[in-house]
Amino acid sequence: MARNVNTSNRPGSKRELPKTPTGIAGFDEITSGGLPKGRPALICGAAGCGKTLFAAEFLVRGARQFNEAGVFMAFEETAEELTRNVASLGFDLNELVRQKKLLVDYVHIERSEIQETGEFDLEGLFIRLNHAIDAIGAKRVVLDTLEALFSALPNELILRAELRRLFRWLKDKGVTAVITAERGQGALTRYGLEEYVADCVVLLDNRVVDQISTRRLRVVKYRGSFHGGNEYPFLIGEDGISVLPVTSLGLTHEVSAQHISSGIARLDTMLGGKGFYRGSSILISGTAGSGKSTLSANFVAAACKRKERCLYLAFEESPSQIIRNMKSVGIELENAVQQGLLKFHASRPTYQGLEMHLVRIHDAVRKFKPQVVVFDPLTNLNEVGSEREVKAMLTRLLDFLKMSQITAMFTSLTSGGANLDQSEVGVSSLMDTWFIVRNLESSGERNRALYILKSRGQPHSNQVREFVLSRKGLDLLDVYVSEGQVKVGSEKIVEQARDREKALLAREQAEVRNLNLARYRKTISAQIEALKAELETREAEARVEFATEKQRANNLGQAQQMMNRHRLADKKDQ
Amino acid sequence: MPKKKSDSTPIAKNRKTRKLHLRLYVAGQTPRSAAALTNLRQVCEERVPGKYEIEVIDLLKKPQLASGDQILAVPTLVRSLPQPIRKIIGDLSNKEKLLIGLDIA
Repeated sequence: MARNVNTSNRPGSKRELPKTPTGIAGFDEITSGGLPKGRPALICGAAGCGKTLFAAEFLVRGARQFNEAGVFMAFEETAEELTRNVASLGFDLNELVRQKKLLVDYVHIERSEIQETGEFDLEGLFIRLNHAIDAIGAKRVVLDTLEALFSALPNELILRAELRRLFRWLKDKGVTAVITAERGQGALTRYGLEEYVADCVVLLDNRVVDQISTRRLRVVKYRGSFHGGNEYPFLIGEDGISVLPVTSLGLTHEVSAQHISSGIARLDTMLGGKGFYRGSSILISGTAGSGKSTLSANFVAAACKRKERCLYLAFEESPSQIIRNMKSVGIELENAVQQGLLKFHASRPTYQGLEMHLVRIHDAVRKFKPQVVVFDPLTNLNEVGSEREVKAMLTRLLDFLKMSQITAMFTSLTSGGANLDQSEVGVSSLMDTWFIVRNLESSGERNRALYILKSRGQPHSNQVREFVLSRKGLDLLDVYVSEGQVKVGSEKIVEQARDREKALLAREQAEVRNLNLARYRKTISAQIEALKAELETREAEARVEFATEKQRANNLGQAQQMMNRHRLADKKDQ
Repeated sequence: MPKKKSDSTPIAKNRKTRKLHLRLYVAGQTPRSAAALTNLRQVCEERVPGKYEIEVIDLLKKPQLASGDQILAVPTLVRSLPQPIRKIIGDLSNKEKLLIGLDIA
């Protein structure tokens, strides 16, 4: 947990105060390093918001992770009570005490036993503290809750002067101190301790909104240091406090040029050939039953096959139900769970507030360190927060995931009738890649279609694809476009058949036309032959006639001559 | 403590006869601690001469003793006997309060 906090990109980091890391998950990030070293810090908050735990964790982590011994001066609980109370967080105080890394001093004052006569000071407390610090060489001190003194000691004037001296003394002593104080009305603390602790004030809060309580932490003041000024939700989990530092991240994450397959080869092709960018965010939105969860489960299964770690955040179905259902479409998740590659994190959205969900998700991600996170479905969170809150939460979650280079897939349910392009929680602008899966309803059946609405930084197909779930898994089919209409499902088959028939018909018709033409050509050429023959006959006849005529004329001429000779009208040799 | 023979006698009667066990916690030789000791001695001599024991504990020398009697303020006078324990803090300059505190008024 002891993360190296990168402060190099922050202004003035070179001149920043030296810090003492608390080791509390997330807190060191929002304070860019922890509490001010060698100075007292005030942790205030109402009863039951985790002040004592914060303080105890500060010491325990200090001892365990940073090898700094600590003194816990308890004004409210005895050492035994304290030990028992923090044992639930896995902190074994007795063990640390044995190792001389921790010293618990229970300071108890019974008001009824005390009578005041004249002036006094709190040197006794100083001496006790000093003795304790020196006994184990403590670097960290907790005073929980110093305000108990106000009810225990009669003279407030002296007390205030002494407290001022105490804080100065703590500074001189060079220990990093955590002082807890009860929240006052209209003021940070009931007795105005914030006056004395000028360096760092942290406010813890536990608010109930719509019957859902969320713990929040805010750094009210941090002199001389950059700090996130927002309220950060925090969680008291199985191993201590974890604060959510997300809003302090900003848009500085590095991006990857590496790709990660969607699990469907054809879909990868639609996304420019290689699938999604690693560390990008993917939204799948669609109406009920359009296959959103199946798509994401498929993505997970593919990632697990590549030996990547996946975290499946289920907000609707139980893990075993998901595993069973996905098996029915040939997606095997059980093995991945057994191999420890896939982890389910299932919770009802209404079980806790948004912030709490976020913190738990953070926690799960931090612990499991996945490469892929699936969030199924996003929409259910609308039950516990307004659209704006959900969006804010998602922004933070996405920032966090992107920082860690985790590819995140979200599913989102579009209610019937709503505009598909109008994404449910207005989160689409946060997403890098956005698919829409929809049901196309026609001819008495529904069919699934998928298209890519956007995919940042990638060429992507503009085509609507039919998307089928079968026992063998998922696949994308070409949609059939006929007469400008997209046809899917059995209609596609019918349409294809119809089109085939049409084509056949056209072919037959063309053949017939060809046949007719040939026949015609034959007829015509026959006719031509006949006419030619006739012509030849005529010509022959004409030639015969001509010859005959010539003969006749000849014969006639001879006959004339002979007649003339006979008549002796002509000379014999004329 | 050998003087505790007459345990059955009522406390009211006992008050005059039993010894006061007093511990005065101080931190070093400050004017305030000196004043406290002077004031205490004076009152005891006046009221319960010979029937008191004063133990002065300097926390600077024996800091480990501070937690035993839950000492925060200095000077603190602890009346450990007779029971119940009473604590009187301050330089004991208010005589009336001291008497009430020690229950020897």
